[in-house]
Amino acid sequence: MKDSLIHPDLRSPRNEAPVGPDGTRLQHAEGTSQPLRTRSAEPQPRGAKVDGDKPIDQREAAARFIAAPEHARMHDERLWDLRRKRDAEMQAIPEWEELRELASQIKAHTLAHLDQYLEEFEANAKANGVHVHWAQDGTAHNQIVHDILRQHGAKRLIKSKSMLTEECGFRHYMAGTDIEVVETDLGERIQQLDNEAPSHVVVPAVHKLRRDVAEVFARTLGSDPDSEDVPYLARQQREATRPLILTADAGLTGANFAVAETGSFVVCTNEGNADLSANVPALHIASIGIEKLIPRIEHLGVFIRLLSRSALGSPITQYTSHFRRPRNGGEMHIVLVDNGRSARLGMESFWTSLKCIRCGACMNTCPVYRRSGGLSYGATYSGPIGLILDPTFDKRKYSTLPFASTLNGSCSDVCPVKINIHEQIFAWRKVLAEAHEIPLAKRQMMKAAGAVLSRPALYRAAIETADSALRYLPKFMVHNRWNAWTEGREMPPAPQETFHAWYARTHLKPTGDKVPGGKGAPDEPA
Amino acid sequence: MNPRDTILASVRRNRPFGQHPLPPVPRFPVSEDGGRVARFARSLELMGGKVLEPEPDADLLTTFLEANDLPTPQVICSAVPEITGNRDLATVSHPANLADVDVAAVRAVVGVAETGSVLLTEAQLQVNVVAYLAQHLLVLLDPADIVASIQEAYDRPEFHQSQYVVFHTGPSATADIEGVLVHGAQGVRSLTVILLPRRT
Repeated sequence: MKDSLIHPDLRSPRNEAPVGPDGTRLQHAEGTSQPLRTRSAEPQPRGAKVDGDKPIDQREAAARFIAAPEHARMHDERLWDLRRKRDAEMQAIPEWEELRELASQIKAHTLAHLDQYLEEFEANAKANGVHVHWAQDGTAHNQIVHDILRQHGAKRLIKSKSMLTEECGFRHYMAGTDIEVVETDLGERIQQLDNEAPSHVVVPAVHKLRRDVAEVFARTLGSDPDSEDVPYLARQQREATRPLILTADAGLTGANFAVAETGSFVVCTNEGNADLSANVPALHIASIGIEKLIPRIEHLGVFIRLLSRSALGSPITQYTSHFRRPRNGGEMHIVLVDNGRSARLGMESFWTSLKCIRCGACMNTCPVYRRSGGLSYGATYSGPIGLILDPTFDKRKYSTLPFASTLNGSCSDVCPVKINIHEQIFAWRKVLAEAHEIPLAKRQMMKAAGAVLSRPALYRAAIETADSALRYLPKFMVHNRWNAWTEGREMPPAPQETFHAWYARTHLKPTGDKVPGGKGAPDEPA
Repeated sequence: MNPRDTILASVRRNRPFGQHPLPPVPRFPVSEDGGRVARFARSLELMGGKVLEPEPDADLLTTFLEANDLPTPQVICSAVPEITGNRDLATVSHPANLADVDVAAVRAVVGVAETGSVLLTEAQLQVNVVAYLAQHLLVLLDPADIVASIQEAYDRPEFHQSQYVVFHTGPSATADIEGVLVHGAQGVRSLTVILLPRRT
């Protein structure tokens, strides 16, 4: 992976990461495989403007992200680096494709029998002395957690990162109570202190640069605003958060997996902050989406091998924690949350999105996500998986998101549970078009595209015309207000000849037959 | 209907079409070039941990401190007979009272060659949070207790019996800021495994 940066000017001459016993630079967890750093100061571009359920203008926010080159390049570089680390891990495991297939089938099976597995999980958890609650939506979840905290007279809750609680708007809800909520994951804490949502499911502050963090910590923790030393910044947060952890009354975690057979749940972190949240206070609450179920412990041997490798290109997270029973003198509650999941189960084209294990691999590989930043989506879930999850929560507000994709299919290729993400993105476009949730210009373009794509000869004629048009048309005709793709980039150079013409010239015998849709007989023998 | 029954009814109503049988999970071998112990050590070192194999008569704590370039610790919590601590885990009334621990010593149930993980439960930790609030964690591991793969580790009965089971794979780590790796995010700053057979 040496000397292969997308943005070579980000290479740092100095290694800031720890080294192993043999002197090699370590790159586990979400560490980059090569030393990187930013140099110039630049204000952080903020996310999409959210206005009720008005459609999110992802394009507008993405344009502002691209207009901040230092942020945009570091974002692109770090996520592509995670993708390459993932590839290296994958290549070291001969059975990788078999594991993906197993993971996909285990999830499909569980989802098809979810009622039985939920009942089995509940019965076992109860037998273990765990209190089990059920929440139909985010509001119900927040009220249940609030009630548990109130009954215990809790004044401070420490929590580890959970996309489900983001989805439920839990922190926002709790802001209206007298109970303080403290995030303990470094990235999530940065986002909380900056009053911003996480921009990525695994690395919540990946869109921020070290100077942005220094500014947030100077403002909220009183640290040195001029320090660009990352270990210093991380230490500031550790030292500021630890007293809050030690005196907390309750801890809240999410779960990566819930095992029906044992009634236990699994949390994966690199910081050990979920273990602190669960093991310091006597009260532990876990918020778990109903799709997190897997049948048996042995299945963790498939999912744990895939999760961190797909997410970060690290063989496993630093901590993989299995909670089965409350500890002696402690109390444990599980809140099982639906919030639209059971309804999604009945959507024929989209139910397999419930297989998602929130690794973020699809985000790391997505050219649109890498260049636009997670906050440009204005939704809990961003990137390719977000494009297919968000419209299930609000068809109107997230109606534009399925268009933030090139449909290149890379997301589906890297998905550890083999969700056909790009096909579902396309399927959502059709659904939204039929529901009239997309603007006229896009509807017309799709109609025209459908007509052309369904007739091969017309398609080839259109491609030839378009290619030569690209070569000769002045810029103002390609860069127009109907073509959003060219707002932040140039069109690629048009090929000298079409694939069909090239194939005909180089591979077909000169029989004199006319190549359908091509330029006629090849000029030279192949 | 209560929320539970409403959710389960909705799940049943929306059940996806098709059979979707549960596939049998084959056991995948893991390459153990150079032997299982060597693979374990290599895996753990890549995750930021250290592996020591002291001489039979060496003082374990001294070996540990020298290898990590650490000064003499003030507070040591030991859950193993091989190392003498100065704070008894049995007398800890609240987990937060372990906030000043410099070094904690425990013994792992098993190690995992594939990833360099060590497996711990409440039985080994005595107070779970000692493994996170301590500045440095020292884990004794019998080389005979190393299994090849994560899959094999999940055969352990602890997953069906213990309150709390955790794989530690290196120290607490973060790279949330510009991808710069930092050890000691919220938990221990270092993790050292000392290979030492169990006392029989």
